[in-house]
Amino acid sequence: MRAAALRAAFPLTLPILAGFMFLGITCGIYAESLGLPWWVPTLMATAIFAGSAEFVVASMLTGAFDPVQTFITVFVINARHLFYGVTMLDRLPRRGRLRPYLIFGMCDETFSITCSHRAPEGVDEGWFMFFVALLNQLYWICGCTLGSIFGNLVAAEVAGVDFAMTALFVVIFLDQWLADRVHAGAAAGAVASIGALALFGPDSFIIPAMVAILVLLIAARPGVERRLGSDADGTASPKDGAPAPEGASVRGTAGSGEGDRP
Amino acid sequence: MTVPQMLITIGAAAAATIATRALPYLAFREGRTPDVVRYLGRVLPGAVFALLVVYCLRNVDIAAGGGIPEAVGVLVAGGLYLWRRSMLVSIFAATAVYMVLVNAVF
Repeated sequence: MRAAALRAAFPLTLPILAGFMFLGITCGIYAESLGLPWWVPTLMATAIFAGSAEFVVASMLTGAFDPVQTFITVFVINARHLFYGVTMLDRLPRRGRLRPYLIFGMCDETFSITCSHRAPEGVDEGWFMFFVALLNQLYWICGCTLGSIFGNLVAAEVAGVDFAMTALFVVIFLDQWLADRVHAGAAAGAVASIGALALFGPDSFIIPAMVAILVLLIAARPGVERRLGSDADGTASPKDGAPAPEGASVRGTAGSGEGDRP
Repeated sequence: MTVPQMLITIGAAAAATIATRALPYLAFREGRTPDVVRYLGRVLPGAVFALLVVYCLRNVDIAAGGGIPEAVGVLVAGGLYLWRRSMLVSIFAATAVYMVLVNAVF
């Protein structure tokens, strides 16, 4: 049971392995360059597990002691995770020992994979999601630790490996687009994100983009729900017939969740 | 900072991250999820992935003539995915093309 879940999860995490080793090593090198103790990146990767926030916390550790400021800053940086919880409300196992770790470990990359891939036939969904989350976190801890310990030894750093992360999100966006018959979410997300980036700049566009996404989607709700409603009855997926990557079934999230609740 | 101060700071950051990940589950307990939140759960994935793509590309400076390797990489990833429908092939090919472009061309 668990071995099958691990076998299903591992191939899907390979792009994350590439991206996290590179970004993790970068994060470790950065912390080392700030003069922080070697164990700081390892501890952050284990306890925080949120890449961009860890870079910011590393720089805060060199400044004045202000945990309240740290809490607020990290909450704002990671506010996008609120959306992941809303999306996965009906997907996580309702109870059991896997649930706390799945909530804790839901970083961008783990969310992307578990949101867009169902466990293959006969594989337990909870364990599948658990192994995706666990493998991703192990890659991240390894990368951060390696960067921290060997950072000063790495002379030749190859630029561009981190593009694996961008490519992953592009492919998952496309996959979601192909699975959705109503593209309101993608349209709202693209318009709001690009608009907010243009208006607020790269360092502070996430929160305005999230607010704009909510406003647009709630404003469009009557029309979107009418079209979603007519889709929800059909069980056929528009992706039927398309080869699913690595044996795991890809599915759209929109239109699911119907009927699995009393 | 002293080591205990570092530990408290990292603990505060961990608590903030856990809060962003756990709040929806605490706010909307089983069976009492408002309809609007369930609606958002259905339409948000498309929006979130668009946001993540923009987030990854946020530091590309088009005005300064940047962004060509990124644009090529995105097109390779998307085009290959439409053609082969293999996530791994798309991601590794796009990353390889991007790395060649940033290291050898630009």
